[in-house]
Amino acid sequence: MLIPHPLLGPRDAQEFTYLGDARLLERPDPAAENAEARFCDYVYLRDNPAGVHRELWFHEHGDRSWLVVTRDTVTHEILGAELAADVKGAGA
Amino acid sequence: MAEPDHRDRGCPVGRDEERWGWPDMRFSGFRLVAEALRGHSGWKPLWRDPAPQPAYDVVIVGGGHGMATAYYLAKTFGQARIAVLDKGWVGGGNIGRNTTIIRSNYLLPGNEPFYELSMTLWEGLEQELNFNAMVSQRGVLNLCHTDGQRDSFRRRGNAMRLAGADAKLLEADEVRAMAPFLNFDNARFPIKGGLLQGRGGTARHDAVAWGYARGADVAGVDIIQNCEVTGFDIDNGRVTGVQTTRGPIRANTVGVAVAGNSGRVMGLAGMRLPIESHVLQAFVTEGLKPAIPGVITYGAGHFYISQSDKGGLVFGGDIDGYNSYAQRGNLPTVEDVVEGGMALMPMIGRARLLRSWGGVMDMSMDGSPIIDATPVEGLYLNAGWCYGGFKATPASGYCFAHLLATGRPHEVAAAYRLDRFARGHVIDERGAGAQPNLH
Repeated sequence: MLIPHPLLGPRDAQEFTYLGDARLLERPDPAAENAEARFCDYVYLRDNPAGVHRELWFHEHGDRSWLVVTRDTVTHEILGAELAADVKGAGA
Repeated sequence: MAEPDHRDRGCPVGRDEERWGWPDMRFSGFRLVAEALRGHSGWKPLWRDPAPQPAYDVVIVGGGHGMATAYYLAKTFGQARIAVLDKGWVGGGNIGRNTTIIRSNYLLPGNEPFYELSMTLWEGLEQELNFNAMVSQRGVLNLCHTDGQRDSFRRRGNAMRLAGADAKLLEADEVRAMAPFLNFDNARFPIKGGLLQGRGGTARHDAVAWGYARGADVAGVDIIQNCEVTGFDIDNGRVTGVQTTRGPIRANTVGVAVAGNSGRVMGLAGMRLPIESHVLQAFVTEGLKPAIPGVITYGAGHFYISQSDKGGLVFGGDIDGYNSYAQRGNLPTVEDVVEGGMALMPMIGRARLLRSWGGVMDMSMDGSPIIDATPVEGLYLNAGWCYGGFKATPASGYCFAHLLATGRPHEVAAAYRLDRFARGHVIDERGAGAQPNLH
């Protein structure tokens, strides 16, 4: 698989380490009232869709940036990639 | 272990008492000769292919572990009016897409008694089903390559023996006597010894599916193939039936055993699970003369290999590592697996690969399965088998049947609760945390 890195162009997925669902960017507020239940959901539960999936890949053997890659889990087709810092900064 | 009395729950015995005549001797030497003389025209299908009825007591979704569940539910726990729904055909799912290894070499108390029950059920499976599942206890040998790894194997072997399983710690010269072709003097990962479970081995996966299907059919279970569940009917928090591609089916109890697709199916009931679906590849070479005595696993990479009775080397390694429902993997993982094989046993370098395939795994957040009730009353879940579903088939079916029949978990599956993550009682053999692609 080739990941279209927003800064470096197409890079082999082998250069990356996979973390999982991009919702991991949305860490719950530890001071919230139901923080324990929300952290349990955050750590353990996944949507696990068959189809389009937004997921975190780390460019470990490259520029060490985190990317949010949009990929189809049924066909492995990669539909796009953004810098995770941009996604998180946009409040997604 | 006391069997539940089905009469307590008002369940009739099988619809057709005569059909419980056991064992069902449809195969014999005489029959084989007779059929040979008349052009094999007299063989009948091993199970019926009925249309779904409008309602059942129990509907089981998934024809792998689900078929074993239906068999034990009908035979051992005396349930009646059971249907197994499979979106494809019997043996076409993950039960036909694995490396056929059976073993019970686990460390943790939540796991080892369960897998040891499975091993004892494997040992009696062919007599139980009167079907040749080619269960072959040729031994499973885990190799160790460092002193620390030997220590951890010693601990695991002791844990296995405490749970009634067999385990033997081998020194390097004992391993050499068993498997002289291994690369003992690899400069980076020399073989220091191994942990042998002599009762482990392999079984023919298709025959396991067929044997359970025939047994369930004879016990009155309706096996509904090409019937995909498209929704659940839930009324006031209680399941009342399923919607399928072959129409709605009412049921008091629904058991879902669709590992690989658990997230997708339980999503139809509005549930998110502690599971990611990943693809695991496996490979078979052309047929070779007998070379590899049992199942051998590499302790310094992730590689496991056995030789089928046809002669093909059957092997696998790591999952590809990203969420996938594709039933096929990518080449970097192929390269990684065969590198492990070459490091361990250079002699296989000239064997030619015949085929490879991918199976979709339920990778759970602690690497262990789930057999439990769900927040929806009457809806039960059997999921999260990671790499290890095939060897668990008999005990998974038995324990899930126990849960469906009694509403209580079987004692050896009592740790496989859905809420163990929230309670902090994870069963993490690998110690990798909530990162499914590391289990």
